[in-house]
Amino acid sequence: MQEVEFSDILTAQEDGDYIVNIGPQHPSTHGVMRFVVSLKGEMLDYVVPHCGYIHRGIEKMCERMTYPQIIHLTDRMDYLSAHMNNEAVSILVEKALGVEVPERVKYIRTILSELQRIASHQLWWAAFGMDMGGLTCFFYGLRDREKILDIFEESFGSRLLHSFICPGGLMGDIHPNFQKRTKEFITYFRKKLPEYDQLLTGNIIFEQRTKGMGIMSKEDAISFGATGPTGRGSNFACDIRKKFPYSAYDKVDFKEILYTEGDSWARYKVRVDEMWESMKIIEQLIDNIPEGDYSTKMKPIIKLPEGEYSQRVETAKGDLGVFVVSKGEKYPYRMHFRTPNFSNLFVISQLCKGNKIADLIAISGSLDLVIPDIDR
Amino acid sequence: MPFNIYDFSGTTKAVDQFLYSTMSPTWAFVVELAIVGIIILLVYAVVGLYLVYAERKVCAFMQNRVGPNRVGKWGLIQTIADLIKLLMKELVVIRKADQLLFNIAPFILIIASFMAIAAIPFAKGLQAVDFNIGVFYMMAVSSIGVIGTLLAGWSSNSKYSLIGAIRSGAQVVSYELSVGLSLLAVVIFSGSMQLSVIIESQANGWWIFKGHIPAIIAFVMFLVASTAEINRGPFDLAEAESELTAGFHTEYSGIRFAFFFLGEYMNMFIVASLAATVFLGGWMPLHIGNLAGFNHVMDFIPPIVWYFGKTVFIIYVIMWFKWTFPRLRIDQLLTLEWKYLLPINLVNILVIAFIVLMGWYIK
Repeated sequence: MQEVEFSDILTAQEDGDYIVNIGPQHPSTHGVMRFVVSLKGEMLDYVVPHCGYIHRGIEKMCERMTYPQIIHLTDRMDYLSAHMNNEAVSILVEKALGVEVPERVKYIRTILSELQRIASHQLWWAAFGMDMGGLTCFFYGLRDREKILDIFEESFGSRLLHSFICPGGLMGDIHPNFQKRTKEFITYFRKKLPEYDQLLTGNIIFEQRTKGMGIMSKEDAISFGATGPTGRGSNFACDIRKKFPYSAYDKVDFKEILYTEGDSWARYKVRVDEMWESMKIIEQLIDNIPEGDYSTKMKPIIKLPEGEYSQRVETAKGDLGVFVVSKGEKYPYRMHFRTPNFSNLFVISQLCKGNKIADLIAISGSLDLVIPDIDR
Repeated sequence: MPFNIYDFSGTTKAVDQFLYSTMSPTWAFVVELAIVGIIILLVYAVVGLYLVYAERKVCAFMQNRVGPNRVGKWGLIQTIADLIKLLMKELVVIRKADQLLFNIAPFILIIASFMAIAAIPFAKGLQAVDFNIGVFYMMAVSSIGVIGTLLAGWSSNSKYSLIGAIRSGAQVVSYELSVGLSLLAVVIFSGSMQLSVIIESQANGWWIFKGHIPAIIAFVMFLVASTAEINRGPFDLAEAESELTAGFHTEYSGIRFAFFFLGEYMNMFIVASLAATVFLGGWMPLHIGNLAGFNHVMDFIPPIVWYFGKTVFIIYVIMWFKWTFPRLRIDQLLTLEWKYLLPINLVNILVIAFIVLMGWYIK
């Protein structure tokens, strides 16, 4: 596939190409995403993703905000991985200041991250099924995600944008019911996850639609920077939790799920298996949360010493990198988020090569895109 | 007026005689046509609306939801309220659309399904027209509907619609072969294309039981192929809401959209009742050979209950497909038809012809 510029698309259109805009308003782009698609009958000639429809300038806004305020903006990038996004900035600030957070905080952060990962994968599974035309999947996924959101709601009052993890620890302590309800959820979801397999995994139509579709080689994954389950489906070991452990990930035993096929099926299997792994992580931690403070005492105005800082965490979508240049003020001088979805998105032109228009939807579904994270 | 729930022919004959005895034959004929037309129209509207309701309830059942339950008892008049809403909505005029074709497309679709209903035997003596080529007629009439789909996609001047319509054309034309061939199986068994004769031939057992394995294969083939022919999930590529937003009826609004919607559900009803009639005996109660006592007990259930019971069962199965399976891709869809269903059907027909020749089926 040749590189396609927007001006090329305009000229191509005059040559009689059949250009279809998938998006910005389209049920399967999961947000305001636009794919310019050139069709030859049902076949895709080229796919050009256009992002920026909900660009809010979060990185620029951060330059006029204190670090505790920035936390609230990170929620709004990848809203399905809100805890992990908060965690990235919090750990960065703590490391820059040399603050050691209590063990209790580390444990709770890890549990919350893993719960959030399960919730994110559940929603992805639901939406992926719906992209394929299996509407029932959507309700199965949401039914179980609701249980996690209820736990969140009870502990910190919000269901989607939590801003619970902050520099120095947590905004408050967990609810007394948190451990009990989380354990209940794990037993519940261990029974329900096989249902997911019954509905989609073994289905012959689903297998035909995903196996061998949108194959991404390991080289492609590395050169495009496709991380998270998307990259791990192509045997690209990129789990930050394993490579550069943060919070309590060095204390737990879990597997990095790797598949070698690199097709939509492999990406699907990685996420389903990751839900099992996340449950394993939570089970190891939930009974051992140490007693102690939920936060360390931070200065009322946090000022990072002059210098450059970065921190990576593994969100549900992949590798989230935060980069801060500080001039020693209470605001960052420059802030950059390396969001996983942005890198994952642009593989799509490569993956759709020689496939059909229905595969575009299936492949973009298997990449698990969250559009606000792309545009931020 | 004589009324017998087990046999409506007395009632219809009485009406017929009354009309011909009170007015000139021409007028009697016209009035009779009008009565039949109005009854079919009513049946059409009621069945269509309640199929939409049933679909919503079945889908809710599959998806751990409650479904419509606010308008009326158990939400029973929800779909009627929806229809009234659609009637009052604005009909959006699409610029640069082919207005004439755009306007008549929904009517072609709805007329096709309307005509097919005329030949359906609802109960003993409750059939508007009993052609001697009933099966052929149903096939022919129900395939007119695809012209409406194609016109709708072509005339609305939208790329999504056009893709949907082209898909629909390819799909319906392909799957019509399998539908026809699987119906042919029972035509060979019963030796007639007349729907009433086919039903009478099942008086000692339905064809799905009498015809051994080939009949069961034909039945399954018919279910799969006809689901594809009426553009329902998992073969709903013409609509494919995750790819083409709404496919061929993307640009339609208000009552024109409702026509497409109703037409789709009525096609499902027609297909289900054809399957019930041809394979499961239509209104014929479950009879087992010469077990007179058992047959007699079964006869107590009115034929119209048997007919609707079977039809509803098949409709449920078709809905079950839709709400549990993901959608196929267009090339997989055509592969399924041309590489699997069609060859299996052709071989099946040969086997059935051989069985009938040798007289190996249960007579």
